[in-house]
Amino acid sequence: MAATDIARQAGEGCRTVPLAGHVGFDSLPDQLVNQSISQGFCFNILCVGETGLGKSTLMDTLFNTKFEGEPATHTQPGVQLQSNTYDLQESNVGLKLTIVSTVGFGDQINKEDSYKPIVEFIDAQFEAYLQEELKIRRLLHNYHDSRIHACLYFIAPTGHSLKSLDLVTMKKLDSKVNIIPIIAKSDAISKSELTKFKIKITSELVSNGVQIYQFPTDDELVAEINGTMNAHLPFAVIGSTEELKIGNKMVKARQYPWGTVQVENEAHCDFVKLREMLIRVNMEDLREQTHSRHYELYRRCKLEEMGFKDTDPDSKPFSLQETYEAKRNEFLGELQKKEEEMRQMFVQRVKEKEAELKEAEKELHEKFDRLKKLHQDEKKKLEDKKKSLDDEVSAFKQRKTAAELLQSQGSQAGGSQTLKRDKEKKKQDALSRLTWYFKWKCLVLT
Amino acid sequence: MDPLRQSPSPSSSRASSPRTLPCEMLGYVGIEAVLDQLKIKAMKMGFEFNIMVVGQSGLGKSTMVNTLFKSKMWKSTMPGLGVPTPQTLQLQSVTHVIEESGVKLKLTVTDTPGFGDQINNDKCWDPILGYINEQYEQYLQEEILITRQRHIPDTRVHCCVYFVPPTGHCLRPLDIEFLQRLCRTVNVVPVIARADSLTIEEREAFRHRIQENLKTHGIEVYPQKCFDEDINDKILNSKIRERIPFAVVGADREHIVNGRCVLGRKTKWGIIEVENMAHCEFPLLRDLLIRSHLQDLKDITHNVHYENYRIFRLNESHVLPRGPGWVNLAPAPASVPAPAGPQATPGPPKVGWWAKDNSDEEC
Repeated sequence: MAATDIARQAGEGCRTVPLAGHVGFDSLPDQLVNQSISQGFCFNILCVGETGLGKSTLMDTLFNTKFEGEPATHTQPGVQLQSNTYDLQESNVGLKLTIVSTVGFGDQINKEDSYKPIVEFIDAQFEAYLQEELKIRRLLHNYHDSRIHACLYFIAPTGHSLKSLDLVTMKKLDSKVNIIPIIAKSDAISKSELTKFKIKITSELVSNGVQIYQFPTDDELVAEINGTMNAHLPFAVIGSTEELKIGNKMVKARQYPWGTVQVENEAHCDFVKLREMLIRVNMEDLREQTHSRHYELYRRCKLEEMGFKDTDPDSKPFSLQETYEAKRNEFLGELQKKEEEMRQMFVQRVKEKEAELKEAEKELHEKFDRLKKLHQDEKKKLEDKKKSLDDEVSAFKQRKTAAELLQSQGSQAGGSQTLKRDKEKKKQDALSRLTWYFKWKCLVLT
Repeated sequence: MDPLRQSPSPSSSRASSPRTLPCEMLGYVGIEAVLDQLKIKAMKMGFEFNIMVVGQSGLGKSTMVNTLFKSKMWKSTMPGLGVPTPQTLQLQSVTHVIEESGVKLKLTVTDTPGFGDQINNDKCWDPILGYINEQYEQYLQEEILITRQRHIPDTRVHCCVYFVPPTGHCLRPLDIEFLQRLCRTVNVVPVIARADSLTIEEREAFRHRIQENLKTHGIEVYPQKCFDEDINDKILNSKIRERIPFAVVGADREHIVNGRCVLGRKTKWGIIEVENMAHCEFPLLRDLLIRSHLQDLKDITHNVHYENYRIFRLNESHVLPRGPGWVNLAPAPASVPAPAGPQATPGPPKVGWWAKDNSDEEC
C-alpha cells in the first residue's frame, strides 16, 4: 500500500497572503449569523432571591412582557426551583428564554440547606449536557441547552450589608454560574445610602473571595462601556409593569404620594444599565463563559471523579477509551460474579424445595396405604355378613319348602286340621318372624 | 397556573425542547443585538477553512486554487525534465491566512499530486481517506481530553473538489470508485476541469451523463439532498444540483478585454474569460464554495461526517453493545434501552447518513 507522506510546508507556516481582488468571503459572518438565526438562540436566567423582592416583576420589565405567574407565599417548607420557558420573537430573531426562579428562598427558619437545591439544579443541567456530549450517537446541534447562562442575585435593600445567607449562597454559586448581583426594590434606598451600600457590598464580596461576573473588557468595541459598567455593580434596579403618563409619554413607573419613580430613567435607577449589559451587549459572552469556563470546570471535575485521567503517573497519555474499556470489563466481571451467585442460590433453593416435596409425597403414600387397608377390612366384613345372610336365606327357603310340603300332606289327611292349622299358624308365625328377621338383616347390611 | 414543579431531572432531558409558551413582547427589548455580538465574536476569532483538491496531474488544480482565492497559494507545478513522477501518492498541505474587510480566514489547501497517475491505480484513494480520517481522529482526541482547549484547532477537511478530466464521454471507473468511497466521509464537489476543450453542447451532454452516472451509483455529492432543511434550502440547492458538475476553467494571468482587466486564458482563437458566465461556470463554483455555502460546508462536516466517524470509532473499541457497562454518569439514564445481556454483536461498521436522517425524521 502506498505510504502517505503528508508534507506540510514548514517554512511558510501561516503567512498572510495578499489578495489580488475581491474573493467574497467577507460574507462569512453573515453566513454564520444566518445559520444561527435558523437555529434560534436560547438563553437561561436564574433568579435567586428572597420571596417578595420583585423577581418576577423585574423579568416582566426586562423583557417587556407579562410572563404568567402568581406571587408565591411565604410558607414554603423548603427551597424549590420553578422553571418556565418562553418563545420570544423580535424581527427575525427567535429566542427561547428560560427563567428559573427560586421559590421559598429565605423563608425557612433554618436556612442552612437553602443553597443546596440551587446548586443541585445547576449541576443537573451541566450533567444533562455532559451526558448528551458523551453519548455515542448524539444530537448536539439540536440539543436544547438548558444550562444557566446568568444568575441574577437579588439583594434585599437593607442599606447595611449583605446577609450571611447571601454570602454563603453566592460563594457556593460563583464557580458554577455567572453571578450578577443586583439590589432589588432600590426605590427604598436614598442616593447617599445607595453609594455606601454598594461600596459595602463590593468590599464584602471581595473580602470573602466571591467571584462575580465581570463584563469583558478585551474587545475594543465594548471595552469602554463594559469597563464603566463594571464600576456600577451591583446594579440598583426597580421593576414595574405599570405605565403612567409623564410629560406626553407613557413610561413604566411606580407612583408614590411623594413622587414617581421612573424605571427607565438613569438618574432614578440602574435598570437601563442592567438591560444593556445583560441583553444588548453581553448575552453572547455570558453564554460563552458558561460553556467554556463553568461547564468545562464541571466536566473536568466530574470526569476526574470518575477516575479518568489524561496522563497516568508515567506521563503516558491515557486513552479515554482504554479507561472506558477497563471500567467496562470490571463492571462486566462484577455482573458475571453476581450472576453466578444468583444461580447458586437458585440451585440450592430448588434442592430444598425438592426435598420438601419428597417428604410430602411419602406422607401421602402412607396415608393412602392406610386408607386402602381400612377399606379392604370393611369390605371383608361386609362380605362375611353377606355370606351369613345368604346362608340364612337358603336355610329359610329349605324350611319353607319343607313346611309347604307338610302342609299339602296335612290337607290330604284332613284330620288334624286344627292341629295342622295350629301348626300352620305356628309355621306362619315363624315365617313372618323369619321374614321380619330377614328384612331387618337386609336393612342392617345396606 | 403551573403548580410548583421540580426542576427537570437530567435523565429526562433529551434533544427535545421543553414545553414553551409563545410570548408577545410589548416593546423593543433589544434581543436582536445578539446578532451583532455574534459577528463581533466571529470576526475576533477568525474563520478556518480546509479544502482538498483531488485529480490527475495536469488538470489545473493548483491554478484553480490560485484563481479561487485570487492569490498565489501554489506555484503551478510543471513537470520538469529531471523531476521523476512520484511513485507514491503524497499529500501536501499549505496554510495561509487571508484577510478581507476585517474578516480573517485561515485557509488550508491540501493537494494530491500523483493521484491516478500510476499504471496500477488500485487503492489510490486509501492515502486520501487515511488523511481525512486522521484529521477526524485528531479532533476527536482533542475533544475527549479532560482538560481541553477553549477552541480546538479544526484541521478537518471541509470540502473536497474532485477534478473530472474532460473526456466528454462519462465518468471513468476510477472516478466512480473514488467518489463512491469519498462521498460518505467528506463533502465532495465534482468539477469538469479544463472545460475550455469542450463546446457548450458537449458540456451539457457530458454533464447529463455524469449526473446519470452519479445517480446510478448512488453517489451523493454536495449539496446533499437529505440535508435540505427547509423549502428555501431545497429550492436553492436544487438549482445548484442541476448544474453540478460545474465546467470550470482556471487562470491566473490577466489580460485586457474591451478595456477591462480580466483573468483569462489567451489562445489564438480568443480569450476565455474565467469570470464570464457565458464562457465557463467558475463564478458558480466560487459562489458555492465561498460566498454562500462555506459555513454550511463546515456545519455538515462537523455535524454529520465527524459525528459518523466518532460513532464508528467509539463503537469499534467495544465488542459488546452499549449496556449497563457503559459509563454511568448518572443513576439509570432513562434513554438507555435495557440490555438483553452480554452478547457479542459487533457495532455497525459505518453508520452512513442514517444518523442525520433519523434526526430529521424526529424533528
